[in-house]
Amino acid sequence: MSVYLPITDADREAMLARVGVPEIDGLFADIPESLRLREALALGQPLSEYEVMADARAKAAKCRPAASLPCFLGAGVYDRLVPAAIRHLTQRSEFYTAYTPYQPEISQGTLQAIFEFQTMITSLTGMDVANASVYDGASGCAEAMLMAVNHTKRKKFIVSETVHPEAREVVSAYAWSGGIEIVSAPAKDGVTDRDGIGRLMADDVAGVLVQSPNFYGAIEDVAGAADAAHAAGAVAAVYVADALSLAVLKSPGESGADICVGEGQGFGLPMNYGGPHLGFMAVKQPLMRKLPGRIVGETVDVDGRRAFVLTLQAREQHIRREKATSNICSNQGLNALSATIYLSLLGRDGVKEVAARSMANARYLKERLEGEGFAVLYTAPFFDEFVICLPSPAADVSPALLERGVIGGLAVDGLAGGAGGAMLVCATEKRTKAEMDAFAEALKEVCYA
Amino acid sequence: MHSRYDKLIFELSSEGKEGYRFPETGVDNADALVSLPAGMLRTDELSLPRVSEPEVVRHYTLLSQKNYGVDGGFYPLGSCTMKYNPKINEDVCGLEAFTGLHPYQAEESAQGALELMYELGAMLAEITGMARFSLQPAAGAHGELAGLMIFKKWHEGRGDGKRNKILVPDSSHGTNPASAAAAGFEIVTIASNSSGTVDTGALRLALADDVAGLMLTNPNTLGLFETEIREIADLVHEAGGLLYYDGANLNAIMGKARPGDMGFDVVHVNTHKTFSTPHGGGGPGAGPIGVAARLEGYLPGPVVVKDGAVYRLAPAGEDSIGKIRGYYGSFGVLARAYAYIRTMGAEGLTAASETAVLNANYLKELLKGKYRLPYDRVCMHEFVLDGLIEAAEGVATLDVAKRLMDFGYHPPTIYFPLIVPNALMIEPTETESKDTLDGFADALLKIADEAICEPQTLHEAPRDTPVRRVDETRAARQPVLRWEQPVEKEAE
Repeated sequence: MSVYLPITDADREAMLARVGVPEIDGLFADIPESLRLREALALGQPLSEYEVMADARAKAAKCRPAASLPCFLGAGVYDRLVPAAIRHLTQRSEFYTAYTPYQPEISQGTLQAIFEFQTMITSLTGMDVANASVYDGASGCAEAMLMAVNHTKRKKFIVSETVHPEAREVVSAYAWSGGIEIVSAPAKDGVTDRDGIGRLMADDVAGVLVQSPNFYGAIEDVAGAADAAHAAGAVAAVYVADALSLAVLKSPGESGADICVGEGQGFGLPMNYGGPHLGFMAVKQPLMRKLPGRIVGETVDVDGRRAFVLTLQAREQHIRREKATSNICSNQGLNALSATIYLSLLGRDGVKEVAARSMANARYLKERLEGEGFAVLYTAPFFDEFVICLPSPAADVSPALLERGVIGGLAVDGLAGGAGGAMLVCATEKRTKAEMDAFAEALKEVCYA
Repeated sequence: MHSRYDKLIFELSSEGKEGYRFPETGVDNADALVSLPAGMLRTDELSLPRVSEPEVVRHYTLLSQKNYGVDGGFYPLGSCTMKYNPKINEDVCGLEAFTGLHPYQAEESAQGALELMYELGAMLAEITGMARFSLQPAAGAHGELAGLMIFKKWHEGRGDGKRNKILVPDSSHGTNPASAAAAGFEIVTIASNSSGTVDTGALRLALADDVAGLMLTNPNTLGLFETEIREIADLVHEAGGLLYYDGANLNAIMGKARPGDMGFDVVHVNTHKTFSTPHGGGGPGAGPIGVAARLEGYLPGPVVVKDGAVYRLAPAGEDSIGKIRGYYGSFGVLARAYAYIRTMGAEGLTAASETAVLNANYLKELLKGKYRLPYDRVCMHEFVLDGLIEAAEGVATLDVAKRLMDFGYHPPTIYFPLIVPNALMIEPTETESKDTLDGFADALLKIADEAICEPQTLHEAPRDTPVRRVDETRAARQPVLRWEQPVEKEAE
């Protein structure tokens, strides 16, 4: 008997007697005979927690994580400093063993934390309304497209070539199934070609999606894209994959975006081999009732006390079914809580410090690599990532770097053209001068030795 | 005793407080921002607080005390499978070698994580009777969307692009029609018969050459097994459609029957229901999807494959629907599900389903004298009551739910499924003791008496919760969706 099942043999007998069924099998009589499994599932014997942990540790030993090696990978997932208090607080089981706060009287903890999260996200993005979160940044981009289509009743959507390739793939899959046409806006010198967007704009375009800082680290002209969209009556959506950039860069809202979606992993979440992360989504007021997912509002209880509750639910699938703004049911509640705690601990000054330290590190690394003879591919202003050119494909360089105890950047070899390679490199606030020096030297050794 | 603490984190803020100290890096960052053109920088003040670490910790600890979770009490929320979330799962997914992995690291440096995903996929395939799984979907509804994209691609690939309708029973979860609409389908609702299951006559009439498939939960949302499932599957397949299994209720049948054997073509599982991963106050969950052999190539990519002794991420093939989220899946959630299945083994999972079904049937018997039971037959892991048999004028299911909180219980799902007007949908799960079930039944029976003798007590409930009934109308009519700095403090 499993330790998770508190029913004894005596209980079972008494309960079956009350139900009036002599054997457990009688409870499954509705399953047609031909469908009943006759043999045990091939899953092996139950294990003790000691054995489960030993198995997990054996698997863990076959990984070489960024936790033990300096990591220069970014590209949408960032190896940042994570305050210890986050895990301790999110491991309070009152938070993590609760469900969606349908009953506000006994869910004020979750509801208030989401309200605080919404406040922080609207401030960071410069938007009016944020939801309780979506699955991740990439699927958030697809939700932004669906909102734009829903809002404008137009079926064409422009996506910049500098948007993260995974986000573009997700947007394309959603677009295909929703009968939406995707048009790619070309890039020039590592940033979206503003004139290109202008040329593509037409009165059948629902919206445009740009990412800033973009996939190559460069800061985009969001205002230019937004102006072009608005001139055609389309919606401007901005994707922020490196959330900490919001601490110092002009906000998407101020730049004229109507929708801002983002990946909030940088806000205190571990990289987790790609998930679960945290999609956030915020809009200007006119789009409020088109937002997908949960939204928390402030109200009062019968005694006049401040209270929080899920609101504007007429948008949602459990009320509207096929007429809902989205099929999303869950959100990333616990990860939104992590982000809220992170943003509280770091605070107004700390997030700027994270951004400044990341930028300073990235600039130091850029100079250091240039000093070793590696050219930087694009000259546009960047946040904490940039592309360097290599004499040979980065895909061949990375394994050699790993042998030297460094996790190199992402191979983006196609960008460089010719026989050389290119690598997208990131330096967060977590990197030290010594690690960056070691990386530069290892890269020189691998490429030129 | 409940916390009456009522501050927002922003209301604790004071200039000069800090909650995090940075390590030394050896790089000067004083001029970092100056390297950018001024027009790229933000000039407004962020609405983030300035608070110390102990204040942050106390604030969120006090907030947690205003929450009700499975660890603190019985949570019989129908269709949500609020079972115990084992602690060892948290330790497994919290291993630094997993949390510290970047998704773009070389496969050689992530072999253990890939192995875990590969083994989990194989175990889920065994439990559900499907050929292969993708672990990518982030939630049940996300799995539904992916599954319906597969339906669409499959039909299109056969030159059968006119199939633009999806059938859903009237008892289905709201996500089913919403996901079908998101995938670009029209929705046709199929009525239930008097036994609470799919009316095969109505199904026959709805099936035509423009139907892409049927979405079904089995056992359904009434907690009843679709006894005619083989006939339903044959009807759908003969009409050229595909059959989708909403795995929300898989907890009833593990080791007893498998959706793959029933004829389902695509299946999603909710790891946060059946496989004990925490609900997290609304997420993150995971909704892996499994498919029959003929649909393997349609799965979202990449899928983990085993090459000899090496695990690899195989890119999507040309039939694949593509990607539906970033990277490979909610690894941290999947690691918990893996730990759970290994802990339970085949016999543990079977015992879990047997006990879940026993607990539901026992509780149903205790309650049916005072609550209306619209479908009085053996149920699976959950059952639906249609409100009180006898009550004073004006007492509603909502009042019963609110009163339960005063007894220390989380209320069941209410007013769902939609075909039961006063629904109380109760799913006790297998991780509750007989004593807990007896205590909960006593409370509901006492509430039934109160509903006759002292209805006011129900209308005024709950009394002992951190806040009492909230004004939802006001929240929706005058939306206040973020905290605003009070005007008098702006000068600081």
